[in-house]
Amino acid sequence: MHRLTDEYEALRKSVEEFSREVVAPVIGDYYERCAFPYDIVAQMGRMGLFGLPIPEEHGGMGGDYFALCLALEELARVDSSVAITLEAAVSLGAMPIHRYGTDAQKAEWLPRLTSGETLGAFGLTEPGGGSDVPGGMRTTATLDGGEWVINGSKAFITNSGTDITGFVAVAAITGHREPGEDGRARPEISTIIVPSGTPGFAVSKKYSKVGWSASDTRELSFTDCRVPEAGLLGERGRGYAQFLRTLDEGRVAIAALSVGLAQGCVDECLRYVRERRAFGQEIGRYQAIQFKIADMEVRTHTARLAYYHAAEKMLAGEPFKKEAAIAKLVSSNAAMDNARDATQIFGGYGFMNEFPVGRFYRDAKILEIGEGTSEVQRMLIARQLGLPA
Amino acid sequence: MNIVVCVKQVPDTATERKLSSKDNTLDRDAADGVINELCEYAVEEALKIKEAHGGEVTVLTMGPAKATDTIRKALAMGADKAVHLVDDALHGSDALGTSHALAQTLKKIGFDLVILGSESTDARTGVLAAMLAERLGTPQLTLARKVDIDGSAISIERVTDYGYDKVTATLPAVVSVVEKINEPRYPSFKGIMAAKKKPVQTFGVADAEIDTAQVGLASSWSEVTEFAVAPPRAAGTIVKDEGDGGAKAAEFLASKKFI
Repeated sequence: MHRLTDEYEALRKSVEEFSREVVAPVIGDYYERCAFPYDIVAQMGRMGLFGLPIPEEHGGMGGDYFALCLALEELARVDSSVAITLEAAVSLGAMPIHRYGTDAQKAEWLPRLTSGETLGAFGLTEPGGGSDVPGGMRTTATLDGGEWVINGSKAFITNSGTDITGFVAVAAITGHREPGEDGRARPEISTIIVPSGTPGFAVSKKYSKVGWSASDTRELSFTDCRVPEAGLLGERGRGYAQFLRTLDEGRVAIAALSVGLAQGCVDECLRYVRERRAFGQEIGRYQAIQFKIADMEVRTHTARLAYYHAAEKMLAGEPFKKEAAIAKLVSSNAAMDNARDATQIFGGYGFMNEFPVGRFYRDAKILEIGEGTSEVQRMLIARQLGLPA
Repeated sequence: MNIVVCVKQVPDTATERKLSSKDNTLDRDAADGVINELCEYAVEEALKIKEAHGGEVTVLTMGPAKATDTIRKALAMGADKAVHLVDDALHGSDALGTSHALAQTLKKIGFDLVILGSESTDARTGVLAAMLAERLGTPQLTLARKVDIDGSAISIERVTDYGYDKVTATLPAVVSVVEKINEPRYPSFKGIMAAKKKPVQTFGVADAEIDTAQVGLASSWSEVTEFAVAPPRAAGTIVKDEGDGGAKAAEFLASKKFI
């Protein structure tokens, strides 16, 4: 049931080789310098990773979202910065255009996005509200003379400030709906494409982050930023529903990325414990170490099954909200726990940035926060079980 | 242009490689089979030539049934079709036997240009390109780090100890490439999916009119009569420098006949 077909396996292998041969030797240096790895991204583009789930007529690979997940897992096994760059570019940049864009928007953006030449970003989170969407949203967009006028700010937006960023799709309040049963007026949320360089759209300098240091994350501000009315992505007022779908899918992708990090910890430890000697023998001969690694493998394996299952339901067109939340929760836990154990096994070397496990440790924490915190996942699971809101 | 790339499946160098105790040949089932690394450069060069000059790229491999994995990889990179030469009679062939079998097959399928990696990671004889050219009666341009084609003229830069030689010839020809020549592409998902539908033709010795007296283990010019597993590396000796380190080092080197 959860055996990869020959084609998925060939893709997995292809990305595994790419990660080992192209990413692994150089990524530590980018990470240390907090530099965006343009060269690696260009090579990922050439092998078609940015177009994995997009149809061929738009320059994509004609694969599906699971193919993207397999690629993310293999990249994250070596490095999470490049994995999150791909994840955000495809699920948050290209997929909304593919799914909700007009023919003109697709023609304008998809060929460039699928080739990796251009990155698209998704501006949802705001400084005042992370999980609290749409309640915490303050950014507004109003129509004026055939143009949207956008005001507000966005926080933690991946891929929004690179040299090759083409646009940010900004979620904004575009009006108010009739009050619901509770008598409260709910905001009408829409998504608007804002091309990089539009006057009034300012990109701040990069955040200094604990992890994901070779990825691009920025705070954005919009001050009377004007874009044509045709920049609306999807239907007006459907922004909330659109990004809920985007986030459900994204959870499966982040789960895959987390499994990759968890697997990377196992890989590194297996190598290290056969070399490192203490008290007269390889440390891999000690049961304390063996049990730790066995537990790491268990977490990785079960988390992988959880995301395979969620992806299977998603591709079958069945409801997968609960499975996506479960996959995201168990795999981010697996990543965090494995990173902690791997660092412990490496001892002092685990605390050094030059070793991959040091990077894994720094990169793991965000997985319990981004794309819905662990608390949000538990809330979603409880709701899906019919427990009251 | 009709380009044929010869590729070989070899045991993964990252895994433990063994000889079979049955007939002292390489145990191809014991290790994972992967495409020989230099063959990937040959495929890449063929694809580049096709992209620049048009034509078709055919992958030719001789090997057991499981070598289809290697064929699929080359097709996923972008080759158009494949010929798999598979026959129990070919098992254990040496370079001479292999070159006969491949040359016969090449004559059957036709070619303007044959490209190979300059050697394989298992046998490492590095003579196949030369033998093939001889058997096919074409020029051989070996150890190429660069290939240029202009009409029917082909020229290469042949890597030497002191730099490179410029070698030119007329097609049809046989070329072998070194790893400096290009950066092989990674198969894309589109390529992987497309590879499923590409034709793979299977040839046996009869189809290619291969003389069975020239191939197989019995016809091999060399024979492994016995083998032993390499003993585990013994622990080294640590020599403490008590003012006489130089003399001790010299003594060690002399004992090993280095000086």
